[in-house]
Amino acid sequence: MFDKQKIEEIAKERERWEKSTLLNWIKQCPERKKEFLNHSGFTIKGLYTPEDVKNLDYMRDLGFPGEYPFTRGLHATMYRGRLWTMRMFAGYGTAEDTNKRFKYLLSEGETGLSTAFDYPTIMGYDSDHPMARGEVGVCGVAISSLHDMEILFDGIPLDKVTTSMTINGPASVLLAMYIAVGDKQGVPREKLGGTTQNDNLKEFFAQKLCIFPPKPSLKLSVDVIEYCAKHLPKWNPISISGYHIREAGATAVQELAFTLYDGIAYVEETLKRGLKVDEFAPRLSFFFASHNDFFEEIAKFRAARRLWARIMKERFHAKNPRSMWMRMHVQTSGCTLTAQQPLNNIVRTTIQALAAVLGGTQSLHTNSFDEALCLPTEESVRVALRTQQIIAYESGVANTVDPLAGSYYVEALTNEMEEKAMEYIQKIDDMGGVIPAIEKGFFQKEIAESAYRYQKEIEEKKRILVGVNEYAIEGEECPIKLLRVDPSVEKKQVERLQKLKRERDNRKVKEVLEKLHYAAEKDENLMPTIIEAVKAYATLGEIMDVLRKVYGEYKELIII
Amino acid sequence: MLSVEELVKGVLAGEKRSIAKAITMVENNREEAQRLIAAIYPYTGKAHVIGLTGPGGAGKSTLIEKMVKEYRRRGKTIGVVAVDPTSPFTGGAFLGDRIRMQDLSTDEDVFIRSMATRNNPGGIAKATKDAVKILDAAGKDIVIVETVGAGQSEVEIVKVAQTIIVMHAPGLGDEIQAIKAGLMEIADIFVVNKADRENADKAIMDIQAMLQLDEREKAWNPPIVKTVALTGEGVPQLLEKIEEHRQFLQKELWRKKSWEKAEAELIEAIRDKVTSSIIEKLKRERRFEKVLQQIVDREIDPATAAEKLLNQELE
Amino acid sequence: MQSGRKIRVLIAKPGLDSHDRGAKVVARALRDAGMEVIYTGLRQTPEQIVETALQEDVDVIGLSILSGAHMALFPRIMELLKQKGLTDVLVFAGGIIPEEDIPELKKIGIKEVFGPGTPTEKIIKYVLENVPKRA
Repeated sequence: MFDKQKIEEIAKERERWEKSTLLNWIKQCPERKKEFLNHSGFTIKGLYTPEDVKNLDYMRDLGFPGEYPFTRGLHATMYRGRLWTMRMFAGYGTAEDTNKRFKYLLSEGETGLSTAFDYPTIMGYDSDHPMARGEVGVCGVAISSLHDMEILFDGIPLDKVTTSMTINGPASVLLAMYIAVGDKQGVPREKLGGTTQNDNLKEFFAQKLCIFPPKPSLKLSVDVIEYCAKHLPKWNPISISGYHIREAGATAVQELAFTLYDGIAYVEETLKRGLKVDEFAPRLSFFFASHNDFFEEIAKFRAARRLWARIMKERFHAKNPRSMWMRMHVQTSGCTLTAQQPLNNIVRTTIQALAAVLGGTQSLHTNSFDEALCLPTEESVRVALRTQQIIAYESGVANTVDPLAGSYYVEALTNEMEEKAMEYIQKIDDMGGVIPAIEKGFFQKEIAESAYRYQKEIEEKKRILVGVNEYAIEGEECPIKLLRVDPSVEKKQVERLQKLKRERDNRKVKEVLEKLHYAAEKDENLMPTIIEAVKAYATLGEIMDVLRKVYGEYKELIII
Repeated sequence: MLSVEELVKGVLAGEKRSIAKAITMVENNREEAQRLIAAIYPYTGKAHVIGLTGPGGAGKSTLIEKMVKEYRRRGKTIGVVAVDPTSPFTGGAFLGDRIRMQDLSTDEDVFIRSMATRNNPGGIAKATKDAVKILDAAGKDIVIVETVGAGQSEVEIVKVAQTIIVMHAPGLGDEIQAIKAGLMEIADIFVVNKADRENADKAIMDIQAMLQLDEREKAWNPPIVKTVALTGEGVPQLLEKIEEHRQFLQKELWRKKSWEKAEAELIEAIRDKVTSSIIEKLKRERRFEKVLQQIVDREIDPATAAEKLLNQELE
Repeated sequence: MQSGRKIRVLIAKPGLDSHDRGAKVVARALRDAGMEVIYTGLRQTPEQIVETALQEDVDVIGLSILSGAHMALFPRIMELLKQKGLTDVLVFAGGIIPEEDIPELKKIGIKEVFGPGTPTEKIIKYVLENVPKRA
């Protein structure tokens, strides 16, 4: 972007500056640290100049928004045309409780729904399962059957809202239920819009919600991708996630690399089913965290877009530009929230949200300030939503596309992110792909090391956590009201399940479950049979039990 | 605090808390441990002790879980001792083998204990052998000892187990070279896990090739069993082979092996006693340091020094 | 006579909570402090945890939970420990446990609760100072 001679002149001047102005200043005012590193471990220089981006080629590396390589944004006008979707993750208690919270958030201005399920649901257990004891509705909504799902979306028109569902192992079942609710509402299936997280690969080394071993888990994810490519054109069958990888302790560059590699694996698996890449790739979506280091995160998002576009074009020969779009949802980082002085978390979330917006995200969830203590109350989740609205309407950052482009620092950092991520991708390629890497414990080891290092940095005060290892308040008391989930939720759910099992056509349920067993053994795409099963009011647990019988259960590889 | 007598009673009754405390005792406390082992020794010798070793990542713990489940189906009671390395730097250890076996933790007739090597260079703690005796005396039909996949040190297992299983799996990096020389010779059964992988057959052929290089007359030809530990495939066949080996031992080698084991243990016990009693005495009487100084000053070499000291003691 | 006694710690994840970053960091820190750490892995029932503690004859149990289900699961664990005669084991907890629940937990025998932000050094020191003295 700069001509060679100009760069040499600047380099000469920079050296002069270092030996004179800089040196003299440092003598009076030494730098605060010996070296400044970001979370990924990159050395951050004191100053970035055109030299750091001398090889940057505007058209090749940045381009225009809406055009390859999409570094500056997926759409030509980005937020000038349409703001990012404000999609707040919500769910607790019974379907009625969450239905209420959904409506509250919509009335307060959120523009998309996002569902949090409770642990039993996530693990494919009904609310009356022994493993569900004490956990029903506690950190998400309890959904055991289509009946619960109908209540969850009661009064919410599925042709007017899009819904994201954070569900992985049982994703096919929850999607089937959503489809069934849509059918009942009379909404044509082609109009159903939303996302199922459905990223089973990352469960093995990050979120740890694995139910089945790697191969069948991957198959179930691809079943959903294949089904949606053919029948649900507006549905994002998968949200390839880096968020959980980051929360488990990975650095930004690890988050980026491992997520992209999972994406590569899903594309490869889906291609094996005979689909052409452009038939399904446009609906693949991604999910990242936004962590504390402001510029590192922005660079990560931009590098992610460019890298994915290149991978889709060069590795998978996609022709449709939409196949090269990295559409992302971002959530501000939960693990950075502190239990101490919780109001400080509002500031953290704001900085992280701003980074996501400047990084060009399509959709954003902001954490509430009390989430290191419990699930958000109405008041705290409202503040989190307002954070997004203030950024959107008052800060002006949404008024132009990719405002930080051209910053020497941001572009240099984006390049470095891409480079280091590619190194990881090459490494995993050399290992034979994602499943061999999981079995070797590669991701687990990298993440455990990063997590341990991070903790050590905090304990050695190399990394400051305001309110925790610095500026802490001795004998601090908890000043805020916490959300407690009513323990009677479990009782209610159990009764509801018992009633359901009495009133449904149990013979039909038995038939369809047998059909499912057979289809699973024959390795068919299970979506159509699962839809049939949920419509017969087979419960989530009953359906998952059939799959557990066929695929077996999984015990994780532990690396500390 | 349970006394040695109470512990012995509990162990012989198969009572879990006593077994657990007894194992802790042999890990920590030499005097009382010796009394405990002396008391239970007459009741040992009934269990079939199986050693399982192999490189990390081969799937040992997963296989053991399936083996135990299959043995349970056949009505056997089991003890499992899972050994992991102690860090030479910190002295601590991460004992994670039982994670793969946690389903079994609430089975009344299965006892699982994790042990650290505590820097015993043999790679298998002395205490492990005593732990095996305790589980044997407690009435377990089968005792499985799983050891670290570190290679050379696995040969120590011979002294504990009657049937040694050496396990491998394709794709672990350095293929058959991972089975160090010592292991090839002591294996009674080879297991190739993850047999559903493409290169499993190659792993089998490599083992067969190495076996053919061994020209000794063998009464028992180690079979190679294919397993897929994740699904349990091949496990019934493995148990058959283990049973075959047990019968073979009973007929042919039981006496010989028992004799060799007893000899090895006695020699080690004597060595142990010598170390503890004589060296402790020398240290107490300060003769140890004096001689050390002479060695450092190059006035005398270690072997001669040892001879002198021992002669003094034995007079 | 040398006693090679090591402190044996069980780190357990009761219930369906799958967040194990903290449990693993603590397990590693305790190992680096010279202890023998047994980790159960995820999704343990109270019965499995207590059985493991019994068979492994641990000195300390650390319970990690971030799902909010502690008030339902911990009492069951403490009750089972009592039933099995494991009353001299030091039990501590960590994770997302609101301050207001701590008095109740201490009443049932959880000696200390280490919330988010607790340095591992603090936990190590606590264990070293409070581990039950056994022969």
